[in-house]
Amino acid sequence: MGAGWASSTSGKIMNLLDLLHSLVFDHTVRTVALGTATLGIVSGVLGSFAVLRKQSLLGDALSHAALPGVAIAYMLTQSKSPIVLMLGAGAAGILAILLLINITRQTRLKEDSVLGIVLSVFFGFGLLLLTFLQRNPDARQAGLNTFLFGQAATLLTRDVMAMAIFGGLAVLLVIVFWKEFKLLSFDREFGASLGLPMPRIDILLTTLLVVAVVIGLQAVGVVLMSAMLVAPGAAARQWTNHLGRMTLLSALFGAIAGVSGALLSSLGTGLSTGPVIVLCISVIVLISLILAPNRGLLWNYLRQWRNRGRLRTEAVLENFYLMSSQHDDPSHPHAVTALEAVSGAGNVRRSLEELQRRGLATPHSGNTWSLTAEGVRAAQARLQPALKDQP
Amino acid sequence: MSGAQIEIQLIGIVVAAACALPGVFLVLRGMAMMSDAISHTVLLGIVLGFLATGDLESPWLLFGAAAMGLLTVSLTELLNRTRLVKHDAAIGLVFPALFSIAVILISRFARGVHLDTDAVLLGELAFAPFDRLMLFGSLLPRSLVVMGAIALVNLVFIAAFYKELKLATFDAGLAAALGFSPALIHYGLMGLVSITAVGAFDAVGSILVVAFMVAPAAAAYLLTDKLERMLLYSVGLGAAGAVGGYWMAHLMDANIAGSMATMIGVLFLLCLLFAPQRGLLAVAARQRRQRWEFAQAMLAIHLLHHEGTPEAEVENRLDHLQDHLRWEPAFAHNVVQRADERGLVRLENGSLHLTEAGRGLATTMLADKR
Repeated sequence: MGAGWASSTSGKIMNLLDLLHSLVFDHTVRTVALGTATLGIVSGVLGSFAVLRKQSLLGDALSHAALPGVAIAYMLTQSKSPIVLMLGAGAAGILAILLLINITRQTRLKEDSVLGIVLSVFFGFGLLLLTFLQRNPDARQAGLNTFLFGQAATLLTRDVMAMAIFGGLAVLLVIVFWKEFKLLSFDREFGASLGLPMPRIDILLTTLLVVAVVIGLQAVGVVLMSAMLVAPGAAARQWTNHLGRMTLLSALFGAIAGVSGALLSSLGTGLSTGPVIVLCISVIVLISLILAPNRGLLWNYLRQWRNRGRLRTEAVLENFYLMSSQHDDPSHPHAVTALEAVSGAGNVRRSLEELQRRGLATPHSGNTWSLTAEGVRAAQARLQPALKDQP
Repeated sequence: MSGAQIEIQLIGIVVAAACALPGVFLVLRGMAMMSDAISHTVLLGIVLGFLATGDLESPWLLFGAAAMGLLTVSLTELLNRTRLVKHDAAIGLVFPALFSIAVILISRFARGVHLDTDAVLLGELAFAPFDRLMLFGSLLPRSLVVMGAIALVNLVFIAAFYKELKLATFDAGLAAALGFSPALIHYGLMGLVSITAVGAFDAVGSILVVAFMVAPAAAAYLLTDKLERMLLYSVGLGAAGAVGGYWMAHLMDANIAGSMATMIGVLFLLCLLFAPQRGLLAVAARQRRQRWEFAQAMLAIHLLHHEGTPEAEVENRLDHLQDHLRWEPAFAHNVVQRADERGLVRLENGSLHLTEAGRGLATTMLADKR
């Protein structure tokens, strides 16, 4: 049995090594992993701004809105080269943003309604165009699969090159305009008061978001692109309050999810890359939400639990003193049950043990406790302000 | 028109009606993007239902899907309540994760079954008449029956809880104070959105469900301030989009659902531009009119201010306005001409005089200010 366990473990290690081996030496896997890592980095960087600016769902709308752009670019050029289609998708994305901003500003419709309309109507129009171009009304045969779910497995070196060039440019621009984007995200009015052209900076940053979406479409598809723009930023936000660190961390999370998604789906399990990447990044988000120091749910819960214990201990100390001061001897022993009746719900015994640790109370036989002289002083000090207020 | 054509249009109308009813409340409550999230995650409910029952026709699939819609809502709210992420990010985190699980489950366990992910996302209305169901002694298209039932459920729910929905939508605080649980109404509404999304994805696909839910309601919101009318208009707009979209698809030989969504978008655009009071054109015209009216009032006040004083000779001249009011000469000329036509001022060799009407306008404007 022991031998079997050992061999299965070594098998797992071999598997992992195989995986790493294929990452380094298998050309296809390497290309796909490079592509998804690029996507992860670019969407991580721009996504952290989107998350901070409450534009998390913009990526969702943009990726759907790209479809008619792809269809029209194909219609005009009859070319399926990724650069042409990316440009078409980008143009449609920018048109969608302009519509979104202007309709939201000029009508009483809420932003999410306009997002929903732009998303679905653009997508419907794209579907109409695509099926019209192919003279086949059946949407399922229109080759939409690639657009919907991406096909990371078919990424070629030239695709990855295109992604890297566009993405690298986008990241470079973020570095160049770092201070402006920071102002835009945190204090737009202050930026405007410094004389910076905030609307133009806004358009630039949003255009870069479009670039990130366009890069991702081929790899993870429409539906999951929105996650790539939200999740790395949301995860990174939990670990730090510093924008620079958040953006770096977000890029790192994006890259980790991209590479591990590409590797896991290359195992031959028939899993498509997009959903695996999204699950990887979702796991990172979950871990961050629970474990991140300061903000994490676990630490938050522990803090609350500790505070509750501290407050209860102090309440027990005060009640104990008020009860004992009814006697001439303040160190008169009292039954635990009496204290429980006065202090209400909660674990009184644990509070008493805590008081004992601090040398404020001592246990006696028969399940009774008394305050030490130190305890009496501590309780008086705590109650002094309250007692003084009484007439 | 053949029977199939009529049936497809009927299905389109019923889908539009069923979607528009809850859509109105989504738009008013600022939760339109929840419909996007729900319409994606119902796929996971369907997959789990299928894996549990092994039957694609089982009604449990519908229940699973509706339950998954509600789960999406509550997970989003749970995440939102931790205050670690904002509301929009919570939506954007939850639904792609659930959707990814569904896609992976399908590719692992349900391969070869007629449960394509793209079928769920896109739907196919053209095939709807072929899938028939025996009901009341006649063979009816399944989609028509299912969507008809869902539309009826939506209608009954909204009619039964009309007052509560209205109150919770427009004044959630008062609704809570009066003892209507906002949470109950919220989840009731989300339940409607879920079952509607499940029923509709078969016909139009989950992405275009969003178009049917949000766009007609938003267009109706630009047309009226009354909730009853908004419900009525959005059903009407949705139905018109469905029928118009069908014929556009027929002419172009293209996808029907995509064409319907496009047509609904066109109707929205028309309302956006031409709505009587809130349309962009009406707003622009009102702003232009107000600009001229304001300028004329300014002119009248300026003239009144200097009337009968020694400076009147200088101040109340046409060519002085550009200095004093900082008006371009062409603009000043235009304002004076309009004021003259309205009988507010008289122009006598380059110097301006208020008429009785002009003096009245200036004094009322000044009185309003105080």
